[in-house]
Amino acid sequence: MIDAVFYRPTGLLEQLETLHRSLARSFATDGRPDAIRSVAAGTFPAINVGRTEKSIEVYAFAPGLKSSDLTIEKGVLRISGERETPSANEQGGVQVYANERPMGRFTRAVSLPEDADTEVVDAKYRDGVLRVSIGLKQAAKPQRITVQ
Amino acid sequence: MPENTELTRSEPERGGSVHAIAPLVDIREDADGITLLADMPGVSREHLDVRLDGDTLAIEGEVEIAAPNGMRAIWAEIEAPRFRRTFTLSRELDAEKIDANLKDGVLTLRIPKQPHAQLRRIKVDVE
Repeated sequence: MIDAVFYRPTGLLEQLETLHRSLARSFATDGRPDAIRSVAAGTFPAINVGRTEKSIEVYAFAPGLKSSDLTIEKGVLRISGERETPSANEQGGVQVYANERPMGRFTRAVSLPEDADTEVVDAKYRDGVLRVSIGLKQAAKPQRITVQ
Repeated sequence: MPENTELTRSEPERGGSVHAIAPLVDIREDADGITLLADMPGVSREHLDVRLDGDTLAIEGEVEIAAPNGMRAIWAEIEAPRFRRTFTLSRELDAEKIDANLKDGVLTLRIPKQPHAQLRRIKVDVE
């Protein structure tokens, strides 16, 4: 569940913040989502990163992917891909009321920690979320030195 | 084609104590109806709620991602567990006949226009 790890609960201060942002937003002309840490316009997909003892989990929120391309090079995970571009199947006489969804090609890069084991990688795409799991090099067990 | 199709008004999210993100949408009108596409990554069919209340359409979805036990967050650009957005539908739309499809986190709604509002081509007979 996203709320176990990434969710920011709403205390009183956060609720005041949300109210303030809702008020500001009713004057805004675009409908961009206002996550607490808003990404710059054009940054698609949104990315969350988590860490367990054994892995780094990278989640890219990329619904409706037509194609995707993942590479790891010099400790950087690069996620590229393409989304549908609707103009291809539009005929004449279509009126557009909102066109907020990012289209076309995208690329995002995530720096992996030094202990990432890039030999161990697994990627899954489900419900529009691309999940990349990268193993971590397990630290060598500490050595016990006996004093004579 | 009707001249002032006051098609939809997007209203700010209301109610609920849970912080929700408004999903980005594409809305297009053609001769026969409206097509609405919404980005709702991480939402599966079981957690999707499309609701019609009079002329208000509400789309809501709970985000669920597979997280291994003991995972801690390092970087989060999506911090709310829910998508929510409401729209006011114009009276020309036949809201009873909404068709909804969810695939790879993209919700596609197709709302046809009422028969009387659809574009009718009138064939002219040439003598």
